Amino acid sequence: MTPLDAVIAEAPPPAGAWGGIAWSASRDLKLALRSKAELGVLLLFYVIVVTLFPLGVGPEPALLRALGPGVLWVASLLASLLSLPRLLASDFADGTLEQIALSPFPLPALIAGKIAAHWTSTGLPLAVVSPLLGLQFGLRGDELVVLAVALLLGTPTLSLLGAIGAALTLGVRAGGGLLALLVLPLYVPILIFGAGAVEAVCVGLGAGSQLSLLAAALLAAGVGAPVATAAAVRIALE
Amino acid sequence: MTTASINWFRFASPASFFPLAGRLIPWFATSAAILAAVALWLGFAVAPTDATQGEAYRIIFIHVPAAWMSMFIYLVMAFWCAMSLTLNTRLAAMMAQALAPTGALFTFLALWTGALWGKPTWGTYWAWDARMTSELILLFLYFGYMALRHAIDDPRRADRASAVLALVGAVNVPIIYFSVKWWNTLHQGATVSLTTAPKMAAVMLTGMLVMAFAAWFYSIAMALMRVRAIILEREKHTNWVADAARQRAQ
Repeated sequence: MTPLDAVIAEAPPPAGAWGGIAWSASRDLKLALRSKAELGVLLLFYVIVVTLFPLGVGPEPALLRALGPGVLWVASLLASLLSLPRLLASDFADGTLEQIALSPFPLPALIAGKIAAHWTSTGLPLAVVSPLLGLQFGLRGDELVVLAVALLLGTPTLSLLGAIGAALTLGVRAGGGLLALLVLPLYVPILIFGAGAVEAVCVGLGAGSQLSLLAAALLAAGVGAPVATAAAVRIALE
Repeated sequence: MTTASINWFRFASPASFFPLAGRLIPWFATSAAILAAVALWLGFAVAPTDATQGEAYRIIFIHVPAAWMSMFIYLVMAFWCAMSLTLNTRLAAMMAQALAPTGALFTFLALWTGALWGKPTWGTYWAWDARMTSELILLFLYFGYMALRHAIDDPRRADRASAVLALVGAVNVPIIYFSVKWWNTLHQGATVSLTTAPKMAAVMLTGMLVMAFAAWFYSIAMALMRVRAIILEREKHTNWVADAARQRAQ
């Protein structure tokens, strides 16, 4: 056995994409669960924004029923936007992100894991609470189910698209407002299909096509967004 | 490398592109002015009054070319951004930076003239028509691009970050357009649709096309002027800029 062979034999196994996703997802989930108050604040923000709409437009049941899907979706968009800075900014500030970028795992995989954890700790709770809020707007049975399913399919895409914006604005002046300007136009199709799914059920049409489109957007964003985010992270770290 | 092949990358250097741009600007600017004058003459003197919309339709000669340019410039900008990311050329990023304000201007013009056109013909300044809505979102994309550039101090980082954003936006523009179009057909019934406009007289189409070329040449001239300013600003530490400035001063 030559010395080189010995080195090769002792080297750790090559770091794969799935390992990277699993590692960074579990790390970020652990971190998220240690600051439960932050997650609670986000959920409360969602509930409060939704509650403000009936106070603003009046308690007319027919009007609220018509507004409900749109209001719930716009509030999810805002909540997602509000939660985006925590995706990368704190890791960037203390240098962890640089270490992550240097690790043998592929960076897009690590980013995908972070996004998955971000969605589990922010988007998933919103989708779970939303039927309760939908009840306040007079949505019923099937409509509530479709609302929750649409949010389950749509909010991961919001996290994926938002991650690109979050990475581009790392360490940039006027980050918060700029992030909204970059990300919200990209959210438009998700808003349309998501709210459209619930409205289609409200008027007696099936929501199949909208849900399929949301799923298609999720798959496309799931493939493209981690790569774009990783590129943006590398630019920020230069 | 053989001598017969043309060195396409010669003008990728800001130092050699700067004088070339300077020579090209008068040509594009003059053609733009002449074409614009011809198009206005066609539009206001030659084209007949529209049977259904009266004289108000004449804003089409500004509105449609502006709308075309707004989308076309975004694509060109995305192309230069892709070039700057893949080939890592500074000039490509500068071109993208120079195009953005002109693109935003045309987007704004398209929206503004659309509103002025909508009032007499549809009876409203703004309808949530698919084209209008996606044009508005396109304006936001331009603003986002310029704001991101503006927020990053290091020009190289600004180049690359805004290039990623422009490419993500370019992928999204068609998705946004179709989603808005579909949303629109779900929601509204009564508004007049642009797509069912009556067949257009040949002279109107000619006027519009000539104006589109005028807008195109104007955009090129403006982008070249702006890119010259950007080159000077970003290369001010180099010897050739100092030499050029000295020659100008003499």
